[in-house]
Amino acid sequence: MTYDIAIIGAGVAGSYIARECSRYKLKTVLIDGESDVGNQISMANSAIIHAGYDAPSDSLKGRFNAAGCLMYEKVCQDLDVPFKRCGSLVVAHDEFEMLTLHDLYQNGLRNGVPGMQILFQEEVHKLEPNLADDICGALYAPVAGVVSPFEMVAKLAENAVDNGVELKLDTIVESIESNDGYFTLGTNNGEIKSKIIVNAAGLYADDVYELIGEPYFELLARKGQYFIFDKEVGDTVENVIFPCPSKKGKGILVSPTVHGNLLIGPDANPTEKGDISTTQNELNFIKEAALKNVPKVGTMFGKIIRNYAGTRNTPIKTEFTTTDGDFIIEESPVKNLINVAGYESPGLTSIPAVSYYVMNDILLPILEREGIKVEENPDFNPKNKKHIYFKDLSEEEKIEVIKENPKYGKVICRCETITEGEIVDTIHRSAGAKSVKGVKKRCRAGMGRCQGGFCSPRVVEIIARELNIPVEEVNYDLNGKSYILTGETKK
Amino acid sequence: MKETKEFVCIACPVGCNLNVEIDGDEITVTGNNCKNGLAYGREEATNPKRIVPSTVVLEGGKLKRLPVKTNDAVPKGMIFDVMKEIDRVRVKAPVKLGDIIINDVCGTGVDVVATKSIDEIDY
Amino acid sequence: MYDSVVLGGGPAGLAAAIEAKRDGVEDILILERDRELGGILNQCIHNGFGLHTFGEQLTGPEYAERYIDQVHELGIPYYLDTMVLDIEDHGDFKRLHAISEENGYQTIDTKTIILTMGCRERTAGAIGIPGFRPSGIFTAGTAQRYINMEGFLTGKNIVILGSGDIGLIMARRMTLEGANVKAVCELMPYSNGLTRNIVQCLDDYDIPLKLSHTITFIKGKDRIESVIIQKVDENLKPIPGTEEEIPCDTLLLSVGLIPENEISRSAGIEIDNRTSGPIVTELRETSMPGVFAAGNVVQVHDLVDFVSQEAELAGKGVAKFIKDEINQDSGIETKVDQNLSYVVPQKVSLDNADDEITFYMRVRNVEENKKINAYLDGNKIATKRARKFLPAEMVNFTIKKSKFVDGAKELEFKLED
Repeated sequence: MTYDIAIIGAGVAGSYIARECSRYKLKTVLIDGESDVGNQISMANSAIIHAGYDAPSDSLKGRFNAAGCLMYEKVCQDLDVPFKRCGSLVVAHDEFEMLTLHDLYQNGLRNGVPGMQILFQEEVHKLEPNLADDICGALYAPVAGVVSPFEMVAKLAENAVDNGVELKLDTIVESIESNDGYFTLGTNNGEIKSKIIVNAAGLYADDVYELIGEPYFELLARKGQYFIFDKEVGDTVENVIFPCPSKKGKGILVSPTVHGNLLIGPDANPTEKGDISTTQNELNFIKEAALKNVPKVGTMFGKIIRNYAGTRNTPIKTEFTTTDGDFIIEESPVKNLINVAGYESPGLTSIPAVSYYVMNDILLPILEREGIKVEENPDFNPKNKKHIYFKDLSEEEKIEVIKENPKYGKVICRCETITEGEIVDTIHRSAGAKSVKGVKKRCRAGMGRCQGGFCSPRVVEIIARELNIPVEEVNYDLNGKSYILTGETKK
Repeated sequence: MKETKEFVCIACPVGCNLNVEIDGDEITVTGNNCKNGLAYGREEATNPKRIVPSTVVLEGGKLKRLPVKTNDAVPKGMIFDVMKEIDRVRVKAPVKLGDIIINDVCGTGVDVVATKSIDEIDY
Repeated sequence: MYDSVVLGGGPAGLAAAIEAKRDGVEDILILERDRELGGILNQCIHNGFGLHTFGEQLTGPEYAERYIDQVHELGIPYYLDTMVLDIEDHGDFKRLHAISEENGYQTIDTKTIILTMGCRERTAGAIGIPGFRPSGIFTAGTAQRYINMEGFLTGKNIVILGSGDIGLIMARRMTLEGANVKAVCELMPYSNGLTRNIVQCLDDYDIPLKLSHTITFIKGKDRIESVIIQKVDENLKPIPGTEEEIPCDTLLLSVGLIPENEISRSAGIEIDNRTSGPIVTELRETSMPGVFAAGNVVQVHDLVDFVSQEAELAGKGVAKFIKDEINQDSGIETKVDQNLSYVVPQKVSLDNADDEITFYMRVRNVEENKKINAYLDGNKIATKRARKFLPAEMVNFTIKKSKFVDGAKELEFKLED
C-alpha cells in the first residue's frame, strides 16, 4: 500500500506533526530508526518552554516560539503531560547586561511575549533568594515553563497512533527514490511507499534529504552537557535562571524540572553526530558557570544523581547552504518532500505552532495540489487516556485506585514511588514502553536517586511478563544492542 | 630448611597478619589472636582450603536458584572442579536449610548443603 | 493500636522485633517491602556472617533464617511486599500509611516505630563518571541479586570500580560463574573492603586490585564496550598520560552505601549529615520520641553481627519506652575530631544505659600506631588502641558507665599519637 504521508523521525517534531495529520483521514506512517520514540534530541535537552524573547522577530524561531509557548497548557492537558509555567529570569550582573535585558524585552514585545517585566535588584532577590548577591536586575517572563520532554513525545506518539497513525520503529531509511507520484523509501525493515515525505530526522535531517535532493543545508551537532540533582535540593530556584545571552547562546542555566529535581547545563561544543558522551572538563565548566548565578549550587554537588549530554542540530553556513541558524520548515526543492530541519532550540517550545503551520500552510495545500482527497477524521480524539501518577493522588484516590487494580498497591521504584500498575500501563499504551529506558521515560521508574538500583530487575521482570518474552531479551534501550542480561547461570 | 610464609588470616573478619615458620614437620604460627588463626595458618602453609558458596538450579520454588555451600573447606585447587559439580545439579523445592545437595563432592569428603529453606510454590 | 511497628524485615528489623518481644512488648508488626524476610542477606550467599553472634561462619541466608525462625516461634506477624509511604506523628501515637497489592491502602496506628530500612548503593550518576550511558553498568548489589537470587548473568568480561566488600565478593562470585574479572579499581590508596576479602576473593583468583585508580570514561553507546582507567594523584585527581583502556561488557560499581532515610526525613526526624542517618541516643531513639532506628539506616556497618547488636538496643529501647522507663533528657552529646568521620550514638543519657556503652566511629584515613581517646568535658576517661585503624573497618569503642560523671555535657573522641 502507499501512504499519503511518511514522517521520518519520531522526535517531538515528527510525532507532533503525525498527530496533526491524524486529525484527517490520511494514511500516515511515522518512522524512526531507534527502538523508541523521542530517543535522541527530544530526550536529552533542557526541558524548558521558552517565553520567546530571544530569537529575532524576522526569523522562523521568532515567529513560532512565543505562539508555541502559549499553546502548551491546552496541549499538555489533552495529552496528559506534566507541564508547569514556573517563569524565567534572565539575570544581569552589571549595567551593560541591563542594556541587553532591555534589548531582549523589546524583542520579546515584537515577538508577542506577554507579561514580561524588568525587575531590579531587590525584587529579583525577593523572588529568588538563592541568586548571587551581585545580580542587579533581571528580565522576568512569567509564561516560561518546564515540561517533561520524554513524556511529551511518548504521549504525542500515543495519541497519533490511537487516532490512526502507523508507527514503525527500528526502521532506518537507507534510500529514497522518486517514482511516478510517490516515493519509495528503502529501509532495513522493507520498502515503504508514500506520496509525501516529511523529513523531521533531527540531527540526520541533512543526511536523509541528501538521499534524494541536492544539499542546501548542513547540520552541525553541538553537544550540551547537564547535571541532574536530587529532589532534596529541587527548590533551590523556582524560575528558570538564565545568564545574559552572548553570541555563544543562552549560557548555563539553572532550572527546576517539572518533576521537582534541579538541572544545570548546557554548554555547547561541536561534536560528531551521535556523540552523547559527557566529558570531565566540560562537566567541571558547567559546575563553575552555574555558581556565578546561583552560588548555593556549590554546596550541592553531593546531591547530583546523574550527568547526561544531548545534541542540538544547528544549520551552519557553508558554500552551498542557503540558511544560517534558523529553522528550515518548507517544501524542499524536491517536490512533495517537506523539510522540518535545523530543528533545535526553541524547537520543543515552538512545535505546537510549527505543526499547525506545517499542516495548514504546507501539507494541506500540497495534498490539494496533488489531488489527494482530505477529509476530517470524525473519530479524532485529542485526549489521551488519563495517566495515573500514584504518588500525586490524595489518600482517598489512592485507596480507590488500588481497589480497582491492586497492582497500584505495589511500589516498584522506591525513590519515585512508582507502582507496578503505572509500569504495566505504560507498556500497554499505544507507542508504549518496550525497554527499561522506555519505562523510565514514561513513568519515572528508575529516574530517582538510586537510578534503578533496586527497581531495574523488577522492571525487567515486568516487561518480560507483559510482552511475553524471555527476561534475557529485555533491553535497556535499543533492541538487541543494549541487552541487560547475557543468560542464565548454570547453563 | 626453614621456610617463612606470610598470610592474612581469613578465618574471621579481623584479618590478622600471620607469620608461619615451617621447619620440616614443625610449623609455628605467630601473629594470630585466636586458635582459629593457628589452625588457618597451619593449613594455609601446607594445604590451603576454602569454603565454596554458590547456587544450584531450583525447580518449583519461589526462587529459581537455591544458595548452597560446601559444609567444610575444600582444597583451593579443587574449587573449579567443585563448581562443575555444583553447576550440574538441579533441585526440587521444598528444601530445608542443611539438606545435603551433593554427597562427598569430588571425593573431598565434604558435602554441598543448602543454606536456605525454600517452600514449594503453591500455584 | 500496635505497641511497635518495625519498618523493614532485614537483619536489623528482625533482631529489633525479636528483642522487643522478648522484653515484653506485645503487639509488634514487621513491614517488609520485598517478597520475603531477610533483606539483603538473602543475596549474600557467601560465608563470613555470624562469627560474633553465633561463633560460627554462616552464609547470609543461614544467618537470616536463624532470626526468621525466631520471628515465627515468637509469633511476630509481618506483611510482605508492603511499602510505607508516610509516617504521621500524633504525639502519643504514630500513624503509618502503607500500601500493598494484597492489603491495599492501610493506615496503621502504633505507639512506637523502629526504623530499619537499611541502605542503598551509590550509583554511576552519583559519582559522575563521564562518558556514555549504555547498558551493562550495574551496582554490585544489583548484579549480586541477579546472579544469586534470579539466576542471571550480567556479562562475561567484568571491570569493578570500588573495592567495597560487595565488589570484592562479586569479583569472586562472577569468576566462579565463568566470567573474566579483569580488574578492581580503587580510587583510594587503600582498599575499602575487609582484608580477608582481598585475600579470598581477589588474590585467590589472581584478580588485579588497582589502588589509586579510577574510571575516567565509559565507552559504548548501547552496551558498555570498554572503560578508560587512570591513575590518580594524592589529591585523587586523574594523572594525564596514565590512561589505559580495558575492554569489558560489564561495569560493576561498589562505591559506597547511603542510609535510606527518605521516610525519616519526610517525617521530620533529625538527620546527622555525617552518617546520613538519624541522630540517635544510646537506645537508638531518634529525635522523634517513640521512633527508634537501627542498622544500616543509622550508619553503614561492615558486619551484620553489629547490625544485630544495634538492633537489640533499639528493641530494648522500645520495651523501655512502652513501660515509660526512658529518661528523655539525654544529657551528653558526643562529638569527634577532624580525623574521625562520625560517632554513633550522638546523644547519651546515662540513666538509660547498661553497665557499659559502645560507641561506633570511623577514621578518615589509614592510621597506624595511633589511639582514640575519649574526653568527657575535657577529661580523658578512656582509650582505644589498635595496631591499625582503617576507614573500611568500623571502630567499636566500649566505655564503662562508671567512668562517666553525673551532669557531664560533652564526650569527645580524638585520634591521638
